[in-house]
Amino acid sequence: MIEQDWIWGLAGGLLIGLAGAVFLLANGRIMGASGIIGGVVDGSGRSNLNERLIFIAGVVLMPVLLHPLFADVDTHITGNMVTIMIAGLLVGVGTRLANGCTSGHGVCGMSRLSLRGISATVFYILAGGLTVLVFRHILGLI
Amino acid sequence: MRNLFALLSGALFGAGLFISGMTDTTKVQGWLDVFGDWDPTLAFVMGGAMIPMAIAWIMSGRMRQPVVGGSFPALPKPEVDRRLVVGSVLFGMGWGLVGLCPGPALASLSYGGPGHWVFLVAMLAGMGLAVPIRLRFFTERAVSP
Repeated sequence: MIEQDWIWGLAGGLLIGLAGAVFLLANGRIMGASGIIGGVVDGSGRSNLNERLIFIAGVVLMPVLLHPLFADVDTHITGNMVTIMIAGLLVGVGTRLANGCTSGHGVCGMSRLSLRGISATVFYILAGGLTVLVFRHILGLI
Repeated sequence: MRNLFALLSGALFGAGLFISGMTDTTKVQGWLDVFGDWDPTLAFVMGGAMIPMAIAWIMSGRMRQPVVGGSFPALPKPEVDRRLVVGSVLFGMGWGLVGLCPGPALASLSYGGPGHWVFLVAMLAGMGLAVPIRLRFFTERAVSP
C-alpha cells in the first residue's frame, strides 16, 4: 500500500457516509446499493423508481467527471470473463438474498449496531477472505 | 426535492467510492488477502463512512420525519436467519473472486473496459435470479433491508 492510500480511503469513506446520511435524513431511505439496484431489477422498487434511477446515475456519472483529475488510478479488474460472470452472479444473488451488501449492511447497518448488519458483514468478509485464500494461494487462479 | 437529494447522495457515494480506491479491485482483494500482501485501506473507508452515518442515525431519532416528508424506514427485527447467512456467504465469494461489490460495480464503469459491463450484467441477472431462489429455498417471511 502506498503511504497516502489510507488518507484517500478515509476521505472517500467520509463522503460515502455523508451520502448515506443525506439519503436517510433527507429522503428517509437506507442507502444500500444492492437494494436500490435490485428494486429496479425485480420490480419491487416500482413505487420510487425515479429516486432509484437518479441515485444510480449519480453513482455512475460522478467517477466519470472525476476521472480526468486522477491520472494514475486503475481498476486492475481481471481479464478472465468467466470469473467475472461467476462473480457477478454470486454478488447479485447473494446480496439480494441477504437483503444488503457492503453499503446497506456494512455502512448503514453496522453504524447503528444492527445485529443483521454486523452478522452479514462478518460472513461476507470471512467468505471473501477464504475465497481469496483458496483461489489465489492454493489454486492460483486469481 | 426527493430526486435532487437522490442525485446528491448518489454523486457523493460515487465520488467517495472512486477517491477511496474502492473501484480498484486489487485494493479490495488486498483487504481480503490476509495471507498475502494485506491492504488495510478498506478498513479506513468503512471506518470513515460509519462516522457520518452513525451521526445520521442519532439525528434521525430526534427528527419527526425526513426532510422531504414521509417517514423513516421501518427497521427489521434483529434476527439472523438462514437467508442472511447464505446470501452473505455467496456475496462474499463473488466479492473475493473479482473485488467488486454492487456500489463499485456502478462507480467503476468510468474505466470503460468490457469487464465491468460483463460484471454488471451478470450481477443484474443474479439479482433477478434471487427472486425464484428465495421463493424456492427460503420460505421465511420477507425481511426488509
